[in-house]
Amino acid sequence: MNEPVLRIDSLVKHYGQVRAVDGLSLTIGQGEVLGLVGESGSGKSTVGKCVLRLTEPTSGTITLGGRDVTHLSRRAMRPLRRDVHMVFQDPYSSLNPRFSIEQIVSEPLLRHKVMRRREAGERVAAMLEKVGLRTEMMSRLPHELSGGQRQRVGLARALVLEPKLVVADEPVSALDVSVQASVLNLITDLQRDMGFSCLFITHDLSVVEFLADRIAVMYLGKIVETGPTAELFAGPRHPYTQALLSAAPVPDPARARERRRIVLGGDVPSPLDPPAGCRFHTRCPLAFDACRTVDPALTDPRDGDHPAACHLVTPERRPDAAVPGRTLEY
Amino acid sequence: MSLLDITDLTVGFDTEDGHVHAVKEVSLSLEEGEILALCGESGCGKTVTAMSVPRLLPPRTTRLTGSIRLDGRELTTLPEPQMRQVRGKEVSVVFQEPMTSLNPSFTVGFQIAEVLRRHENLSRGAARRRAVELLELVGIPAPAQRIKEYPHQLSGGMRQRVMIAIAVACSPRVLIADEPTTALDVTIQAGVLDVFRDLRDRLGTAIILITHDLGVVADIADRAVIMYAGRAAEQAPVEELFARPLHPYTLGLMKALPAAAVAAGPGGRRRLAEIPGMVPSPLADPAECAFHARCPSGQDDCLAARPSLVRHGPAHLAACFHPARSGEQP
Repeated sequence: MNEPVLRIDSLVKHYGQVRAVDGLSLTIGQGEVLGLVGESGSGKSTVGKCVLRLTEPTSGTITLGGRDVTHLSRRAMRPLRRDVHMVFQDPYSSLNPRFSIEQIVSEPLLRHKVMRRREAGERVAAMLEKVGLRTEMMSRLPHELSGGQRQRVGLARALVLEPKLVVADEPVSALDVSVQASVLNLITDLQRDMGFSCLFITHDLSVVEFLADRIAVMYLGKIVETGPTAELFAGPRHPYTQALLSAAPVPDPARARERRRIVLGGDVPSPLDPPAGCRFHTRCPLAFDACRTVDPALTDPRDGDHPAACHLVTPERRPDAAVPGRTLEY
Repeated sequence: MSLLDITDLTVGFDTEDGHVHAVKEVSLSLEEGEILALCGESGCGKTVTAMSVPRLLPPRTTRLTGSIRLDGRELTTLPEPQMRQVRGKEVSVVFQEPMTSLNPSFTVGFQIAEVLRRHENLSRGAARRRAVELLELVGIPAPAQRIKEYPHQLSGGMRQRVMIAIAVACSPRVLIADEPTTALDVTIQAGVLDVFRDLRDRLGTAIILITHDLGVVADIADRAVIMYAGRAAEQAPVEELFARPLHPYTLGLMKALPAAAVAAGPGGRRRLAEIPGMVPSPLADPAECAFHARCPSGQDDCLAARPSLVRHGPAHLAACFHPARSGEQP
């Protein structure tokens, strides 16, 4: 088995009292696209920032290509940054308005001393072509570009060094449907051609269902379920995943009106003071006594690669005796 | 006569760059108790169309022609003092951003009561009692406690419910909701859409829902108008629209959704249908079909004249010389 490109072990990130990420582990294999899904405040973006060391993890380890990078100094981290790049959500604020497109895309090449400015032009032109932008764009400034074109520039900048891992945080969420479609197609094509691994962070289930190999669902700083995309969408095991899938809008009036929606009560609890036991128990329609005290571990009832963190997934291993009438449907 | 009749509405703005044609010759009607979706991508004119009704457009730079009749009364020429009686009482608005549309310095109870005291001349005590009822109506638990809280103490979903409570405080005939769930998580969005449905069912409020999300349209709207470049491209009851989209743009939007590609079947080589090209500049008002340059079924006659809305079914209109053959599935 190949060494995973990214391995995160028991990652914890607290901002003061806010427990943004609270014990999260995941791996991404070579050429794999992992969709990290969650609602606002679930901590999904913090995971991305920790991977890039844009913020310091409170504890846990982050291993890139077999090397523990959790506590590397900025200087020691620098050469490793060649291999990990990020695509941001907002194509308006993530490009320097004073830089030409050529300067923006060539910056990683110059920063990592891959080539001199004089030689970079050709590489930039080739990269722009790959992301579907004409080379005339090189001298333009970001404000002259549309949102979709800017996101293509963001992709070109992230990919110009041919990184092993790309962290993409909601890269298409700010785009209109028709533009989103072309950027998603582009990401799929580039990923297939260049073979990079991708941590794709989003709130949009339909987007990761389209492009991810595997999905991890986050709730309040933890992963509640992870599995191969088709399997997870066909048979979600965690009650939160089930509610999330049932609440996602479907562009089909007949199905939208007939389906049974699982409506969750209340709001997402504050990450300042997450509930004891299972973090989802305050909103879970199936919660019982043990959920309020015992935090369930990620377990796959069939010992496969589709574990969920819910006591009801493995009824026989449940901490209390059987509770009649409570089973998970899948 | 319908509750609301918009006829030949044309709205433009004088800007430094020239005259922006935001809405062109839009005609539509809204029946009592109907949920009508105005749908389209950024800049298509959906918000300007709807905001023309309560006249919430900058008066100095707006050039508006056409007619807007509420119950037969012309609103475009109504003097401002009378218009103020209409706004908030007969026509009210729920904005997208629940964070910025509430005043942070006043309790939510005060902000609901303010509308009632202004329009209904209720006493302080009566207004407060009514505020509690309204919060209950929009599904806020413990309303008697909640009215004493400030906006920052509420979650995004709760704030949006407060905004809806303020908007329906005076039992308006027409409620305009501008992307009311776009800033909300999916599990919260489902609950807020239920509130709109419930208001329509219980109070008979007619709702104009402005949205870019075809999933939301399918879920809640009775009828939809698809807008493109300031004009109505297609108009139909929702079931009919999704089953038999006629305008190539509507069809393109539906095919561009990731959900459409996923539904088309599994496989590693899935692609989304793209709509090539870009939206034409709003500074120009060409005499040809505005979608022609991006249209897969465009022909020479599309350049010669602009197609007007033509009836294809009892309530199904499309502005296209070469509409999709019926039976062509999205």
